Amino acid sequence: MSNLFDLLVAGLATGAIYALVAVGFTLLWQTSQTINFAQGEFVMLPAFLMLAAMHVGAPFWLAIILGILLSMILLGLAFKLLLVDPMMRHGVLPLAIATMALAIGLKEAVKQFFSAEASPFPSIVPTGDVSILDHAVSLQSIGVLVVAILAVVGLTTLLNRTSLGHQMQAAAQNPTVARIIWVPVERMILLTFLINAFLVALASLLITPIYLAKFSSGEVLGQAAFIAAIVGGFNQVRGAIAGGLLIGVLDNLAAAYVSTQYRAAVPMIFLIAVILFRPQGLLGRAEERTV
Amino acid sequence: MRGFAKPLKIALGLAVIAALIIVPMNFNRYGLFILSQWAVMSIAAMGLNLTLGYAGQVSLAQGAFVGIGAYAAAIMTTHGWPLPAAILVAIALSFAIGWVLGYPALRVQHHYLAFVTLAFSTLAFLVFRNESWLTGGIYGISNIPRPHILGIATNKPLPFYYVCLGSLAIVSLAVWWLIRSPWGRAFMALRENPLRAQSLGIDTRRYTLMAFAIGSALGGVAGALYAPLTQYIDPVPFNLSLSLDLLMMVIVGGAGFYFGPFLGAMIAVLLPEWLRFTEGYYLMLYAVAVMLLLIWSPTGILGILDRYLAERRTKAASALRAVAKSRLETAQ
Repeated sequence: MSNLFDLLVAGLATGAIYALVAVGFTLLWQTSQTINFAQGEFVMLPAFLMLAAMHVGAPFWLAIILGILLSMILLGLAFKLLLVDPMMRHGVLPLAIATMALAIGLKEAVKQFFSAEASPFPSIVPTGDVSILDHAVSLQSIGVLVVAILAVVGLTTLLNRTSLGHQMQAAAQNPTVARIIWVPVERMILLTFLINAFLVALASLLITPIYLAKFSSGEVLGQAAFIAAIVGGFNQVRGAIAGGLLIGVLDNLAAAYVSTQYRAAVPMIFLIAVILFRPQGLLGRAEERTV
Repeated sequence: MRGFAKPLKIALGLAVIAALIIVPMNFNRYGLFILSQWAVMSIAAMGLNLTLGYAGQVSLAQGAFVGIGAYAAAIMTTHGWPLPAAILVAIALSFAIGWVLGYPALRVQHHYLAFVTLAFSTLAFLVFRNESWLTGGIYGISNIPRPHILGIATNKPLPFYYVCLGSLAIVSLAVWWLIRSPWGRAFMALRENPLRAQSLGIDTRRYTLMAFAIGSALGGVAGALYAPLTQYIDPVPFNLSLSLDLLMMVIVGGAGFYFGPFLGAMIAVLLPEWLRFTEGYYLMLYAVAVMLLLIWSPTGILGILDRYLAERRTKAASALRAVAKSRLETAQ
């Protein structure tokens, strides 16, 4: 049973990171019908921005701040203004395809301007283990969980407890009525893009020390986030969180108990089952069918 | 291409076909490989265009069907079967699996369907990689023979290019016929308004499954040609990115336009080659080009042409109206 406990902790830690990425993904979907196929690359890039800042001599803490700010400018503001805004009125599919092209572009840019090899990345949490209930649990897992939980609690508080959050929800649920009651819808949409950029930068900071910084590392992560978002409920922030944790745990358990070869298949089969039998996701509400 | 005079259209078509036959004759090995690849990808993209462009069902699994066709052909031809038999098996297999994959489309639509097919793509890739008793696993299958057609060996690049081009021609004719048949019209009705299609007595259930199955079968054909073209296959080319690339080809060329897939495949296969002089930057430039194109025209390249022709027609029509009106006024 000791093995199970370790697997659960490791699964929750990766799941918490998936949740961060998936929450941003659902936020973009809710406010602007953007299916961001580049979300995984969005997680890959901030680590390289931080590494680049350290290359020119910035200390680690400054590199983190610069990396997060640059991510919010590039992956939040520029992404919205240059790609999403001109394409939003043309429907879901062309924009989704454009984000696929963006994913290729980001990967290639990092490969070309930085490195095709994996680079090590410093951890914000000291390495080492602590003993919990007679189990050695790595400080890194605990650090990841704590930061991710703080981020999620912060976000849900913002969304549910503040006037700003209510305005954002209104803008997402019914832009027309929101405009009538003087909600600055455009600004709210921009805000969700900035929040998404912040979340992916945070996820990047948490996951890169574990898996190294590599131009292609976004592929797996992006897919995990998709699955998490859909399994939990595409239109619910809490659904994305639950989905992320679930997929993280499932992935780790599958690797241990199913087979390492087919571990990637387990979340996929789970995804197909959820879509077929509960398309709105485990915690989602059904979307109105459009004709 | 509406708006051109019919003889002009036919002449243009014949010129393109003649060019495709004659010009590559003195191409080198690599040039012929790229051009054959274009023909193969056009077939796969045409299949996806049927599913997505005509029937309106989003699929992120076309790459998996290319893989299924490629493995079917590789396994059979290395065991001594002729390629045409392998192509038939590839068609039957992709058709059957495509039919089954169509069932989720009866329940869910749009992005949900995209994700089901995405999951299927990943599962297919895992099977290619892990079932090494059948597929050779990560080592793949090598020494895939090229066929003898009518007693002529097609081992050399040029004859095999003609095999690919000939297959493309056959598939193009079949698709041309299909979209003009009642089936094609039913597909379009499905895309435009499924409820209305149903109320008009179209069996939407059957046609949705058909759209998936036929589109997938063409993916299988493309795969069955891909295997003898490269003569070596492993799971890597058939991962999710091939499905995404094929989807991009269809959208960039123009989904729902007959000539869209040809153009889209041309851009996806040839543009990176033309940009090769830029060395490491070519994929980046390709990505930027795709984004700019989609911002400018979300309906793809043929969408631009279509809009231009439509504008010209309305201008011509309003000019005619103006003339007619002034004539009427002078007559009064």
